[in-house]
Amino acid sequence: MHDALTRAGRALRVVTVITLALLFLIPFYLLVRNGLATEREITAPDWTFFPHELQWSNLTEVFRDPNLPLGRALLNSTLIAVSTTIGTVVTASLAGYGLARIPYRHANVVFYAILGTLMVPAAVTFVPSFVLVSTLGWISTLRGLVIPTLFSAFACFIFRQYFLGFPKELEDAARVDGLGYWRTYWRIVVPNARPVFAAVATIVFIGAWNAFLWPLVIGQDQEAWTVQVALSTFTTAQNLNLHELFVAAAVSIAPLVVVFLLLQRYIVAGVERSGIDD
Amino acid sequence: MFGPQRRNLWFWVFVGPFAIGLGLFTYVPLVWSVYLSFFDAHNTVSPAGSDFVGLGNYAAMLSDPAFLGSLGTFALFTVFIVPATYALSLALALMVNRLRCAQAFFRSVFFLPTACSYVVASVIWKLSVFNGVRFGLANTVLGWFGADQTAWLSTTHPPWYWLVLVTVRLWLQAGFYMILFLAGLQRISPQLYEAAAMDGARPGWQVFRYITFPQLRATSVAVVLLLVINAFQAFDEFYNLLSDARGYPPYARPPLVYLYYTALGQDQNLGLGSAGAVILALIIAVATVVQARWFGLGRKEE
Repeated sequence: MHDALTRAGRALRVVTVITLALLFLIPFYLLVRNGLATEREITAPDWTFFPHELQWSNLTEVFRDPNLPLGRALLNSTLIAVSTTIGTVVTASLAGYGLARIPYRHANVVFYAILGTLMVPAAVTFVPSFVLVSTLGWISTLRGLVIPTLFSAFACFIFRQYFLGFPKELEDAARVDGLGYWRTYWRIVVPNARPVFAAVATIVFIGAWNAFLWPLVIGQDQEAWTVQVALSTFTTAQNLNLHELFVAAAVSIAPLVVVFLLLQRYIVAGVERSGIDD
Repeated sequence: MFGPQRRNLWFWVFVGPFAIGLGLFTYVPLVWSVYLSFFDAHNTVSPAGSDFVGLGNYAAMLSDPAFLGSLGTFALFTVFIVPATYALSLALALMVNRLRCAQAFFRSVFFLPTACSYVVASVIWKLSVFNGVRFGLANTVLGWFGADQTAWLSTTHPPWYWLVLVTVRLWLQAGFYMILFLAGLQRISPQLYEAAAMDGARPGWQVFRYITFPQLRATSVAVVLLLVINAFQAFDEFYNLLSDARGYPPYARPPLVYLYYTALGQDQNLGLGSAGAVILALIIAVATVVQARWFGLGRKEE
């Protein structure tokens, strides 16, 4: 009796998990379905889950539409995401290491000043940041889109927590060999801390690629549009075909999904080790 | 080489670039925002040419029904999204954690939407899942049961657009918080479960009620805090789901969307926008501190 109940409970749980998984996957399916369907199949009143015919030419058509500067937007997003990732990882890892390992009387004050900015949601500062960036003349420039977003307290925090738990023996050996902080960091610490670098880089890259408010505010010229701003603008454009919009959206997440599936174990490990919930 | 003077210098070599950047792009804008909020700054980014209005902008903001309405929208959104995300991500974590096989597969499936942007998700939600006119998954499925077509995004009575707003965020966020809960679950000592079994606790609800849930307290606090802060910043899905070529409907504007239109829209009223940003920042700070106190954040686990 008890066994039967347990088995029924387990079966129910498995069915629930599979149902939820299908619900979570359906939006991805719809993205691909509509991207490959003909315009008529997307908007037909007798809409079907599986399209009757697939139109693979949609994939190339979307890059030829003059109304839709997708190539340029992809290039902008790539430049922004790559430089944001490199910049953040370099500045935040150095700061995290300094805070964790170099004894300094006021290190705690500096740490709390950094941590405090986590309480100030970045979005709240968007009006004055916009003011600052436009004063500097950085509107619609790569500088304006990248530099203000580089200083992520969250990334710094993750690095600090990681370096706090980093085995000291390795560094002590470097000291004995006469290496200073700088060379210890580059030659010993960085090569041995690859997982945390991969984790932070992935999180920052995804965040930069998907950012919307800041690129919307700063990237005002069409030339400076990121993929997200371009997609958002296309959504309201009158002269655009729906299937093109769906292909463009699918193209915009394809590289990310690949990166994500390859590196997700680092993200998971990074989140788990950050001690965010301790 | 490692004298105190040297160490201080090296500390700043490592931390300096980050600290300067953070100061320039977070602290300076904050102070500037407070200063600018006392001026009637239209179309200008400097208080120099503007009239000093003291607390006028604050009075204007706090008596503006649209701004107060936007705070109400946020509050309502929080009431929906925080418990919903909390419950769904905890349920996902508990289910995935107990799976005997394909655990990594299901974890990936639920986590994958985290890689998706609000813009892309809004395209799918607005133009496919919850399309109201002729096509769309929701109306197609409901059609099988003979239900009428619903204009999901433009129906305000009943507010069907909330269903669209809440589900899109749930889909995008739940996987991330599930990972936090999974990490928390892994830290619970198996001995606690053994002891509970010895004491005759029935697996399932009783074990969850007396062991799992209390042990997840620290994770729960962090999740709720992050959920509330993120809800305050809601912008992308509201903007992308509800605006169209004709503009933006006045209903369902959370504070950030309201500030965006005030400061950077037609009016370019940057003084007023700054005052709104300061009010918003204060509300968030107070809410965070009260919540942290309430949950005893920072207190060591007993």
